[in-house]
Amino acid sequence: MKLSELKKGDRAIIKKIDTDESLKSRLVSFGVARGSELSIEAYSVGNQTVEILVDGTLIGLRRSEAVDIEVEKI
Amino acid sequence: MDAIKIVLAGQPNVGKSMLINAMSGSNSLKVGNFSGVTVEKSELCFEHHCHMFEMVDLPGTYSIRGFSQDEQVAHDYLLNEKYDVIINVLDSTHLQRNLLLTLELLKLNKKMVLALNMADEAKKEGLKIDVKQLEAIIGVPVILVSANTKEGVEELLERIHDIADREHRDNSNIIYSNPVEEEILALSNFFDERDFKLRDLSSREMAIRILFEDKDLYRELHEKPIMIELQPRIVASLEHIYTHHDSKNITDIKASEYIAIARGIRMETVKCERAKGQKTLTKKIDDILLNKVLGIPIFLFFMWALFQLTFELGAVPMDWIDAGFGAFGEIVGSIIPHEGTRSLIVDGIIAGVGAVVMFLPNIIILYIGLALLETTGYMSRVAFMLDGFFHKFGLHGKSFIPLVTGFGCTVPAYMSTRTLKSEKDRLITLFILGFMSCGAKLPVYVLFAGAFFGPEEAGNILFIIYIAGAMLGLVMAKILRIFVFKGEDEPFVMEMPKYRMPSLALIWHTVYSKAMGYLKKAGTFILAASILIWFASAYPKQPLLGAEYETKIEQASGDEVKISTLQNELKLKELEASYLGQLGKVSEPFFAPLGFDWKMAVALETGLAAKEVVVSTLGVLYAVGDDVDEGSASLIRELKANVSFASAMAFIVFVMIYLPCLAASMVFAKEAGGYRYLFYLFIFTTTVAWVLSFITYRILV
Repeated sequence: MKLSELKKGDRAIIKKIDTDESLKSRLVSFGVARGSELSIEAYSVGNQTVEILVDGTLIGLRRSEAVDIEVEKI
Repeated sequence: MDAIKIVLAGQPNVGKSMLINAMSGSNSLKVGNFSGVTVEKSELCFEHHCHMFEMVDLPGTYSIRGFSQDEQVAHDYLLNEKYDVIINVLDSTHLQRNLLLTLELLKLNKKMVLALNMADEAKKEGLKIDVKQLEAIIGVPVILVSANTKEGVEELLERIHDIADREHRDNSNIIYSNPVEEEILALSNFFDERDFKLRDLSSREMAIRILFEDKDLYRELHEKPIMIELQPRIVASLEHIYTHHDSKNITDIKASEYIAIARGIRMETVKCERAKGQKTLTKKIDDILLNKVLGIPIFLFFMWALFQLTFELGAVPMDWIDAGFGAFGEIVGSIIPHEGTRSLIVDGIIAGVGAVVMFLPNIIILYIGLALLETTGYMSRVAFMLDGFFHKFGLHGKSFIPLVTGFGCTVPAYMSTRTLKSEKDRLITLFILGFMSCGAKLPVYVLFAGAFFGPEEAGNILFIIYIAGAMLGLVMAKILRIFVFKGEDEPFVMEMPKYRMPSLALIWHTVYSKAMGYLKKAGTFILAASILIWFASAYPKQPLLGAEYETKIEQASGDEVKISTLQNELKLKELEASYLGQLGKVSEPFFAPLGFDWKMAVALETGLAAKEVVVSTLGVLYAVGDDVDEGSASLIRELKANVSFASAMAFIVFVMIYLPCLAASMVFAKEAGGYRYLFYLFIFTTTVAWVLSFITYRILV
């Protein structure tokens, strides 16, 4: 499923990141990559942005980025 | 002995600037800023144990692979410049993520020291870091420091001395996943057997770089005979790694390997003494501040409070400064006998510079507020909450701060666009900022609303004017995004830093340097502009006219009302004949379709210097004496008598949109990256202002 389909409080493992290299590299430098475990911390109004927690770091993502991240719920 | 040249590298939000302040202490000899392409790296020198230290502070980057512009700056500097030691600053409480950058830096093969900053915070969170173990793995000295308490700073400086004197760096003992390690071993054995050497690289390092497809190394190997034997081995090794990782994308594989290494290092060296699953303070605060229902109202309240403070509290010292400059001008005026010189200094320089200095208290308060927003970590949350709305208009979540600041004063608003990383987002924000009516435009609105609407309506009209400006700004942002600054949007991937108590020292430092910068830069420009405008309004002199009115005034012999009328008449005639008046006459045809006479044209033109000047110019031109403000009853009467309703509304629209004041324009040029952009802004705002004013006028007339 897509990261954007998760609900607040859900935990998941990243299966695949399907974006261009520059964004992928940005995500990697935050520790977001294949195999990383994440949890959904918050959504903004209208689910336009999502806050995730990866390895102790909180990261804000736009919806358009979140749909490109394939995850598996745990 | 030569100075030791140090480069500071680290991810954002690790307290690099604080650490620099702590290291240089009061020994700082020179602080200078010089700009790179879009981001700045700063340099400073200080002495420690009779050694000169030269420090270069690179912009905070998450990575040095060079995808974004500041990463490129950091990457190029680290690769091409000459320096002795890299200090890699890390946040002790986020070691794992910070180590990802460290792993990249290690590849540079330079002497390096790891400064684990915020050691005090880590201790408070119950984190215990095994420094010896970390040193053994990474192969470079590791020092726990706290820029806050200055703990470990002395030791850090000592270790830099040591390492600068050493010939080489120790090898690091970083271990990859099993299949990768197997292949590294196979390849490096192969190199050892053939006794193959390249540059100063070890066999292991060569093997790693081959497996992770280092382009430079492949280029070099390409010409070597060993390549023939090497190639099939590489293919086999990669196949093995691909199978294990279930992927053929080496970039992805490299990323997961690095993340695994960083995680491994953290698990080996950091012990957490606190029970897991406990809600952190940051989480608790986020539950309130990022709440779907309450989040935005809370933010709006903070903003409202900040602006109340800025303008209520700032008004007090503002009055003192105003009175101070007034008194100063009078004293200076009384000791200068020559009339022309006196007028230049008092009416030109002192009044002009005073008008700028007057805004200093507002700017200081606003900056304290903004520094608080930024250092506490709240700013990122605001961007997070508002990005959805702003993205619809082609802006970035972070654009909000400058836009709101723009309602106060456009000068600090332009400066605060620096928080935007993407050049396009930044330019769009800069271009539409002027549409947020600044505080100095208020007198104009109050005057016209008072003149053409009843007192009960005037307040609503003001509100409509401000809202209309903001809406127009958003629409223009969308238009600019579609037609001018085209292309891909900057993705919104942002770290939400932990909430931190703001450091007074850092806030003081930021606010002080910003305030001084404002005084220096705006002061010099305004000085020049003030002289120019004074000159244009006072020359050429009309001795004949003056003499004629002098006799008339004498004939009036004490009739106060008549004398006052005559004096105003003289002023008007003088102004009409001055360069400024001539300019108004020349530009009249341009403004005529909007229903403006030459007086209104001149008011708009002098308003280019400062928006407050629009009202006082109108006051002079409609000849009701020099001391006018927006509440002036006689000016309101004069306007009603001389200006039609349609022209007045068109005038408001024009003032709302056209070029901001001179000080702001200069700051704009600097922030946008050149006077060329100021020229574009002039064309853009003037066109929009003209067209919309024209429409307003035609509809109402």
